[in-house]
Parts: sequence; C-alpha cells; structure tokens
Amino acid sequence: MNLLNLLNNISEQDSEVYERLDTRRKAMREFGSMGKKLALTAVPLAFGAMFKKAYGQMPRSVFDVLNFALLLEYLESDFYNAAMPSVPFPNMGNRQGFGIITDHEAKHVKFLIAAITGAGGKPIAKPKFDLSGGAGSGNGPFKNAFTDYNLFLAVAQTLEDTGVRAYKGQAPFLLGTGDVLTAALNIHSVEARHAAHVREERWKHNLIPGLKPWITGNVAFVPGGLVDANYSGEDMTVQAGISITNINGFAVSGEAATESFDEPLTTAQVTALVTPFLAK
Amino acid sequence: MLALVRPWHYFLRRWPPEPHTSFDLFITNFYYFMFHYFRKAAGVPQEADSPANTQRREFLRYAGYSAATTAFLLSACKDADVAPGASASRAAKLGDVIKLGSGDVAVLNYAYALEQLEAAFYVKVIAEGPLTGRERMLFTDIRDHEIAHREFFKNALGSARIPDLTVDFSMINFKSRLSIIDAAQAFEDTGVSAYNGAARFLKDVGYLTLAGKIVSVEARHAAYIRDLFIQNNFYNTVTKDTALDIAKTPGDVLNIIKPFVVEGFDLRDSGLIG
Repeated sequence: MNLLNLLNNISEQDSEVYERLDTRRKAMREFGSMGKKLALTAVPLAFGAMFKKAYGQMPRSVFDVLNFALLLEYLESDFYNAAMPSVPFPNMGNRQGFGIITDHEAKHVKFLIAAITGAGGKPIAKPKFDLSGGAGSGNGPFKNAFTDYNLFLAVAQTLEDTGVRAYKGQAPFLLGTGDVLTAALNIHSVEARHAAHVREERWKHNLIPGLKPWITGNVAFVPGGLVDANYSGEDMTVQAGISITNINGFAVSGEAATESFDEPLTTAQVTALVTPFLAK
Repeated sequence: MLALVRPWHYFLRRWPPEPHTSFDLFITNFYYFMFHYFRKAAGVPQEADSPANTQRREFLRYAGYSAATTAFLLSACKDADVAPGASASRAAKLGDVIKLGSGDVAVLNYAYALEQLEAAFYVKVIAEGPLTGRERMLFTDIRDHEIAHREFFKNALGSARIPDLTVDFSMINFKSRLSIIDAAQAFEDTGVSAYNGAARFLKDVGYLTLAGKIVSVEARHAAYIRDLFIQNNFYNTVTKDTALDIAKTPGDVLNIIKPFVVEGFDLRDSGLIG
C-alpha cells in the first residue's frame, strides 16, 4: 500500500493522526504484517479499518466511488439475470459465455458490498431499475432485449463498454489508495474482457462490418443512434499532447490511434447515461 | 469417462487445466506422465533442465498451461538451440542491467519496457506468422496498438526513457499459429496484471488516467486472444470468488518476462518494490 503517501496527506489535514493510530511505527508495523496475511482482494477491508480506527469513517470520496461502482454493477447484474432465462441464445456456447459474465457481475456486487461494509460504510441499496431504458415506463428502447438476441447483444456490448469507461473515470479519485485502487482496476479490466468477448460474439452472430473487440473512433455499431452518447469522445487521437496517428513515423492509422486508448466518462456523464434505467 | 475415450476433447474443454476435482488432477497428471513416457520410449531427447527453460516453463504455466503443454511447447527449445548471435548476447545479460529511474518515471519506464516487448513480438507475428483472414487483421491491429503505446511512452518519457531492449523470442515458433496464440495470451495477461499492479505506485493523476486508458485495451486484446484458443476462455485469470482480475508486482512481472529480454532489470531505488 502507498501508506506513506496517504499518511502524509492525512497528517497535513490532521496533525494528530499518528496519535490516533498509535505510534506511526506501530501503525506501519501492523500494516506490514497485515499486508503479508491478506490477499489484495481482501485488503480494502483492512484499508477501511485503518481509517475507521482513526476517524470512525472512510474518506467520503472513496465511499462515493465504490457506491457508484456498486450502482453500475447492480444494473449489469440485474440486466443479465433478467436476460439469461428468456433470451433465445443460438447455442450452448453463447449461453455459457454469458452465464460466465452473469456470474462475474453478481460477484462484483457482492465484493463491492463487502468492501464498503467492511470499511464501515453503507452500501447503497439496489434501486428499482427499468431495464427497458424507459425511466420507469417499462416501454423504453431496450424492452425487447430479453427476447431478441440481437438487441440483447447490442445492450450487453453497450453496458460493458460503458462500465469500462465509468470505472476509468472514477480511478483518479482513488489515486494513492493502494489496494482500493488496485481492486477497482482489477474489476475494470474484467469488464474490458467482457466487452471484448461480447463485441466478438456480436460480430460472429451479425457479421457487422468494422465491429472489433476494441472501440474504433466513436462508432457504437448500434442502429438508431440509441447509444451514440455512450461512445462519444472515444475518437481521440491525441494523448497528453502527443499525437498518436503515425506517431514517430510508424504507420499507425487514425483508427488504430483511437483504438489504442479507451476514454473515461465523468461521474456526470455516466449518471446521465444510467438515468433512463432508473425507475422513478 | 470422456477423458478416457476422447482425451483431446476432454482437454480442450477444460483448458487450461485448473483442477477443480481430484479427478481433474489425476487425469492431468496421468496424461503428463503418459506423454513423457512415450516420448522417452520413442527415443526423443528430453529437454534440458536449465534455469532459462525453468523460467520459460513458469511463463507458460503463468498463462495457465500444464506441465504437459509446457513440455510440448518447449520441446524444441534447448539452450544450445537459440538463434545465431543470441548465445553471445545472452552473456551480455550479466553486464547490461536497466534501472528504471524513480517515482512516476520508473512506472512509465516499466510500462515502456513491457510495450517494447509486446510490440516487438507482434511485429514478428505479422511479419513471419501464418495468420490469415480476420485473425491477421485483428493481430495487425494489436501490433499497431502496441506500437502506439510504446512510442507514446517513448515520447512522454523523453530523455528519461530506458534504452531500447534486446528481445529474445527464440523459444517461440512463429510458424505455428498455436505457439503464437499461446505466447500472445501470456503477454497480454501479463501486461494487464502489470498495469493493475503498478498503478498503486503512481503519484500523478494524469499518468494514472493514461495507464487506465491503456490497460483496458490490453484486457480487450487478452480476452480476444484467449477466446481464439478456447471459446469462452476470455476471463480465466480472475480469482474465483470475487471475479477480479489479477494484479502482479513489478518484481514478479519482470521475472516472468526475463526469458524474453536480454537485459536485466534492477529495481532497487525505483520505488517499485513493496
């Protein structure tokens, strides 16, 4: 854990933090031994315990991040749970792949709830969703995603790609938080694996020209402009002031430049995209 | 019973073999034993048990392949069999040691090293490999992505960058699609675990954002390649209970890639330990 950095930041806010944590040496020693005993995935709980010991609560922004992630995982999990019994999968192989994804999302929900709870926080309750994307009407554009395999694939692709962008947008809030950041990135890369799998399944089934496991430009490959906003901003070819297209004379096309980097979405952007799925 | 009647199908459906039951464990070891018994009986010389081969075996085992597969893939890989000049440059390993710098520069150089390795691998895959059709198209994309990543880090680091690494791919058979996919899968999974395990060391939020933009692309690569080998295998590095991906320390990752890079790495003073 990047404990030194964290402790330094805290001590700037609270000069008595070391007294609260016993002596700094003792706190470091305790954490040193904790680090050896616990797997990376379990340490969010230990991280939370440290703050709970010092302040009785986690820094609010980290709880906000984890609860935001939990909201998205609730949505994905509910979507797949609703889809699995009713979607007409063409064959056992397709079904098995989506069964795996469904299982992962359920485990992500459980993990986030445990991480938040273990750190002394309150995980949000699952909100009422309108999985048709109709803000409660039940009559939204994705109503048939649970009986139409093609629409199911399109929605699944969008959920996964958006989930990746959402986690990516939250990661900066976890800078320097060691195991919490690592856990969030570990979920983020699993969602990216899901996204690639779903995109390739979609290509194999519908043979959509140009659709690849990675995102090209800002193209959603979903007709009707239904999810264009989810892919907005993915067409960047300049990163940190460095132009990627044909960088240093290598034949990297503009498309490859946009594919090489996935782009984050802000909290506000993700909230706007998720709102149609909330039944008010 | 499938295992006994149609062993190849049994293995394909349960690859890589993460033994879930003691029967899985038994049958995996049984076939490993039979594989080596028949090879020995047929007079095939056994692979030299060298430190380099141990590392290569560990690299492939990291990708999830059993002792039987690693033995199969390494059977042509004897230390005496390396490409011309490589044995001479192997001696250079003891002399050339790369230091990554410190702070965020060390993390960027670490990423730059891995992208150098991946880019060099895919350049060779496209130049020499037998891939065709959509596979060739997507592997060409992957090559271009890794070149983009590599050159991005080179420019971002400027004069603080490490030198160009000398790669050694002599143990990968670029004429074999299977060998290419095996290695690609391992490189991509390693890349994902490297980025996930390095982010904790970053102090600058801009660099963290950039690392985040890259790691998800590597994860897409990994999932696509894994699915090529075995359907629905896109996820196989996750921990079973929490469905999280795997993060590895820089020390572990640099150890894993050691067989493929002539130069060594010295992590002392880099801040990337612990």
